Amino acid sequence: MNAVTTVPPAAIAAEPIVRLDGIQRSFGLVQALRGVSLSLKGGHALALVGESGCGKTTCARIIARMDTPTGGEMLYRGRNITRTGTAAEEKAYRRAVQMVFQDPFASLNPVFSVQHHLARPLALYGHARSKAEQVQGVADLLNWVGLEPALTAHKFPHELSGGQRQRVNIARALAVQPDVLVADEPTSMLDVSIRLGILELLARIKQERQLALLYITHDIATAAHVAEEVIVMFAGQMVEWGDTLSVIGDARHPYTQLLLSAVPDPDRPFVAGDSARFLGHAEEVRRLSRPSSTEVNQVGSNHFVRALGAVS
Amino acid sequence: MNEALLQIRDLSVDYLLDKGAFRAVKNVSFDIGRGELFGLAGESGCGKSTIAYAITRLAKAPAWVAGGEILLDGQDLLKLPESRLQEVRWRRIGMVFQSAMNSLNPLMRVEAQFHDVLRRHTGSSREKSRARAEEMFKLVGIPGSRLTDYPHQFSGGMRQRIVIAICLALKPELIIMDEPTTALDVVVQREILEQVIDLQRGYGFSVLFITHDLHLMAQLCHRIGVMLKGELVEVGDVRQVSRAPAHDYTRKLWGAIPQLPGYPSVKDAIA
Repeated sequence: MNAVTTVPPAAIAAEPIVRLDGIQRSFGLVQALRGVSLSLKGGHALALVGESGCGKTTCARIIARMDTPTGGEMLYRGRNITRTGTAAEEKAYRRAVQMVFQDPFASLNPVFSVQHHLARPLALYGHARSKAEQVQGVADLLNWVGLEPALTAHKFPHELSGGQRQRVNIARALAVQPDVLVADEPTSMLDVSIRLGILELLARIKQERQLALLYITHDIATAAHVAEEVIVMFAGQMVEWGDTLSVIGDARHPYTQLLLSAVPDPDRPFVAGDSARFLGHAEEVRRLSRPSSTEVNQVGSNHFVRALGAVS
Repeated sequence: MNEALLQIRDLSVDYLLDKGAFRAVKNVSFDIGRGELFGLAGESGCGKSTIAYAITRLAKAPAWVAGGEILLDGQDLLKLPESRLQEVRWRRIGMVFQSAMNSLNPLMRVEAQFHDVLRRHTGSSREKSRARAEEMFKLVGIPGSRLTDYPHQFSGGMRQRIVIAICLALKPELIIMDEPTTALDVVVQREILEQVIDLQRGYGFSVLFITHDLHLMAQLCHRIGVMLKGELVEVGDVRQVSRAPAHDYTRKLWGAIPQLPGYPSVKDAIA
């Protein structure tokens, strides 16, 4: 199946498909998002990295329109869609933005076959009308995600491994022919050994179908495999962002440095007697990183760091 | 390796299915020394968790231990009558599983859960349990004042630490940790495992650490075993298994891990 885009790739790259501008989301007194701004561009991947509770999933839910921001603006192809639009606009947006979730075991319906899971969106969105078109469409999708149609289409979710299920989930998202794919921790429940395969698949889809990919993870090491740009978030605030290689290779914010230091590294065995020091350090970094700050410094052509705010 | 605490000899475990028996663990043998951190690595379905369940005799139908010996200090756990398992489980062998943080009772204050375990296994009084719980909380870095909280009031990482604290309260000789930090983020993962290393140094217990993340295992363990489709294909010192793996599969497993592109500045700054 070929990439279906109505706008030439070059034009998409110039203009973001989805743009968030100063997005805020509060749950009562808790500020889950404190002014998040980002652009999702065709053929381009952006990684959102941070620990549990940093707001990265809230951000994904807002982009997928499963949640509404309490402040800021959201644009789709230049049109302000912060407030709900007409039913037709909503449907068009939901077609354009698809999600892949963390848990491959919970996101497929156990009573339906792979064929059913993929044929349904094809039919619903008018990409396959006849039965024959559906069968062909499903086969194309499975080929796309690296699964053999003859061996997979008739199977039920419990007959597939976690990695295979995640590939079916990606195929299901692609069936709708979206412009934007939001992948929320798509590999964190999978074995280390099959993570790379899924990451490479996402990178290939982004490239060949000129999709905008938002990759959400707590593992900054995998972000480098998929995304050209990365945003490190802490406590609802973007603390450091820009070109992935620059942010990882020349991390300036203490929280980014903390994240990098915690990536498992076989060359650095843990040393007994060290835990108090590391825990103290991590606590201090969190304490310093939490306060709001509006001061942002540019440290590279596309590399920005938020200054530390005043600790109250 | 010091004197062996746990010796696994020719262990085979089957899953009895409609189509016949599926051998999930095939003639596996390895030792864990006193005070040793031993890692068992492999992909989902390779049999590593099945071994953990077999050691604690928690393997339930359709799992069936088809053969072999599991010797704790020379005593075969597989031959122990059910009535005497109580003396071993938790008392001598503690367990922390991936979903352990969800195994706390949501309706009981944490303090009561400590008392539950301590009373059952040591006949401890409420006051003694309270004192022990405070001591253990201090060890895992949680203020004692929070003992009266309910599990939902703690983060995932803290709940996992509470389970480790409950486990350590009985001073077991061996702790089996099956993917103890897989559900947590990397910073919290490092926080917990650094604490495990410190506690291990202090208490001298042995650890069977099960994970699919070889990088993490190499940071923590003294020796590593690698499993593939129910077989132990390689066992060796951490240095050997990471620098000069003997088996093709071990090499493949190393190569499959997403790594950071060079970040020497940070590596050195924080190390």
